[in-house]
Amino acid sequence: MPIQTRRDDDGQTLVIRIEGRFDFSTHQAFRDAYEHGDPDIRDYIVDLSDTTYLDSSALGMLLLLRDYAGGDSARIVIENCNNDVRRILSISNFEQLFNIR
Amino acid sequence: MDDSVAEQNSPLRILIADDSDSDRLILKTLLKRLGHEVLDVANGLDAVSVFQQESPDLVLLDALMPIMDGMEAARQIKFLAGERLVPLIFLTSLSEAGALARCLEAGGDDFLGKPYNRIIIEAKIKAFNRMRLMHQTLSDQRDLIRERNRQLTEEQEIAKRVFDNVAHSGCLDAANIRYHASPQSIFNGDVLFASPRPAGGMLIFMGDFTGHGLPAAIGAMPVAEIFYGMANKGFNGQDVLREINQKLKRILPTGMFCCGAMIEADFKLNQVQIWNGGLPDGWLTRPSGEHLALPSRHLPLGILSPDQFNADFERVGAAPGDRVLMMTDGFLESADSAGKVFGEEGVTGTLDRLEAGDHPFDAMMSAVHRFTGTFEDGDDLTLCCLEMMDEAGFAGLPDRAVPSALAGPAEWRCTYEVRERTLGEFSPLPLLLHICMEVPGLRRKSGEIYTLLAELYNNALEHGVLELPSEWKHSPEGFGRYYAERNRRLANVEGHYIRFTLHHSLKPDGGRLRVVCEDSGHGFDFRNHPSVASGISPTMSGRYAGRGLLLLKRLAETIRFHEQGNHVEIVYDWQFARTAENRDD
Repeated sequence: MPIQTRRDDDGQTLVIRIEGRFDFSTHQAFRDAYEHGDPDIRDYIVDLSDTTYLDSSALGMLLLLRDYAGGDSARIVIENCNNDVRRILSISNFEQLFNIR
Repeated sequence: MDDSVAEQNSPLRILIADDSDSDRLILKTLLKRLGHEVLDVANGLDAVSVFQQESPDLVLLDALMPIMDGMEAARQIKFLAGERLVPLIFLTSLSEAGALARCLEAGGDDFLGKPYNRIIIEAKIKAFNRMRLMHQTLSDQRDLIRERNRQLTEEQEIAKRVFDNVAHSGCLDAANIRYHASPQSIFNGDVLFASPRPAGGMLIFMGDFTGHGLPAAIGAMPVAEIFYGMANKGFNGQDVLREINQKLKRILPTGMFCCGAMIEADFKLNQVQIWNGGLPDGWLTRPSGEHLALPSRHLPLGILSPDQFNADFERVGAAPGDRVLMMTDGFLESADSAGKVFGEEGVTGTLDRLEAGDHPFDAMMSAVHRFTGTFEDGDDLTLCCLEMMDEAGFAGLPDRAVPSALAGPAEWRCTYEVRERTLGEFSPLPLLLHICMEVPGLRRKSGEIYTLLAELYNNALEHGVLELPSEWKHSPEGFGRYYAERNRRLANVEGHYIRFTLHHSLKPDGGRLRVVCEDSGHGFDFRNHPSVASGISPTMSGRYAGRGLLLLKRLAETIRFHEQGNHVEIVYDWQFARTAENRDD
């Protein structure tokens, strides 16, 4: 399974972890990962430690998550990006929309 | 499901070929009793010819027959059946493995041992009929998909022609632009537009929509419309970008956006302004070999709402001969046979190795082709190079004004005043130009008219209202300071105004446009200004500032200053086109 989710200790944070390529083929799985969440979820962490590649459709999916999580008030952290992934996120200036660490 | 069950039990047309009359009769009776239609022959040759005429659903062949044996008949029948699956079962009393294998090699699907067992026969016929129907369904579906795909490709081919006309258009063929747009995929989602600006200079937009195919192409249409519509009317890059962003934000679904860059080249001020949102670094290369990155500083278009959108351009000085390179990420993602990508290293490496006289565009293209080892490009690879040039060299662009048969207004007058904070937010130039362009005789002069209006307006705003000293622009450091201060002061323009009064009238041989521009500033000492006093001071030429007035003097019949220098009046005359041209109008 290339996408795994778990609740963080406080139960209010959903951690979505993506393995391998984060591209259009993971579209449905990524949506499923957060859309069936329960109302307790306040924060999202997208863990990219095992993500090898990210394309523009993945950027689109991140925007969809942001919309789902409340748009400008969404609380989403993107973490553990490798250099290539980080580069793609920063070319698109996604640090303006997401907390990337 | 019900359909297929019914079909599975429906009677079949079965061909039997057996030279033994008694065996044939037994089999025929048996199959008829099961409800099937039976055709029977006594040798292979007849079997082939009956097969051709009657096209049975299933064939039962004796292996050993006179005239033509079962093996040969099987080969010919399979050949005739082509793509259709006609199960072919050998009837044989042979039991030697080699002989049985030869039956299957000849095209048989199975064999039935003699003497016949009714139950086995019935079961095998059913099994092969199922296989036949499955094959039939698959072939039908494949044909359907093939047909749909053909239709789709054909439609896309047509749409592609429209897309290409839209996506790579404008003045891309100008002498100072080189570009490459990959023709590989039908729609690649990359767009490249270029337009001359009425005031001189050029506007170029490069975009890369997320995704491929139709969705990407559809987004290109409104962007093209906005770009050309606004660029022609004299809007600047910022205004065009804001409009594009707003439009895309509204029409694109969340998750779809457009990485893009806008380049506004000003050949008069020798500067380029760049806005890069999501495209790889652009580059400014100078003949000296020096090159400067123009990185993405903004989110792509279509993500932020209009009030969050930042359309701030970066301003870089660029002299004739300097070149701006812009590319989509398909260029960086060009891969060699091992899957390694060209990448940023490929680009910077190529730029580092540039020799005097190399054109960076050619160097890039050949570097990427050398790297990939092929002259075929990846999916979406767009590269564009704009060369800065002399203002004079640029004048040769064709006149784009659409000739009109309508006479248009000839005698009119209007006053338009921009006040207060609107001074900092809005440029009245497109509107004023639009009013002037209603006069057919002025339409052919749109560039000059725009320049006149723009010079008057910029002088009134920057020197009149904002009181910025033009001396600052004499040095590169001052240049930056000038524009920083300009932005700061624009926030504080209470009580100020700029008023344009346009007056047009006809003369026997043409028309006269009188433009009065007044502002609320303190004016300037025009009586002692070097470029107002008749002699054009040689020390002024070649400088950034002071050009505005020279330009006005050159374009207009007369220029006069009133009051304390905050009231400028110019007169611009135009002549009727010669008769030969008149007919074209």
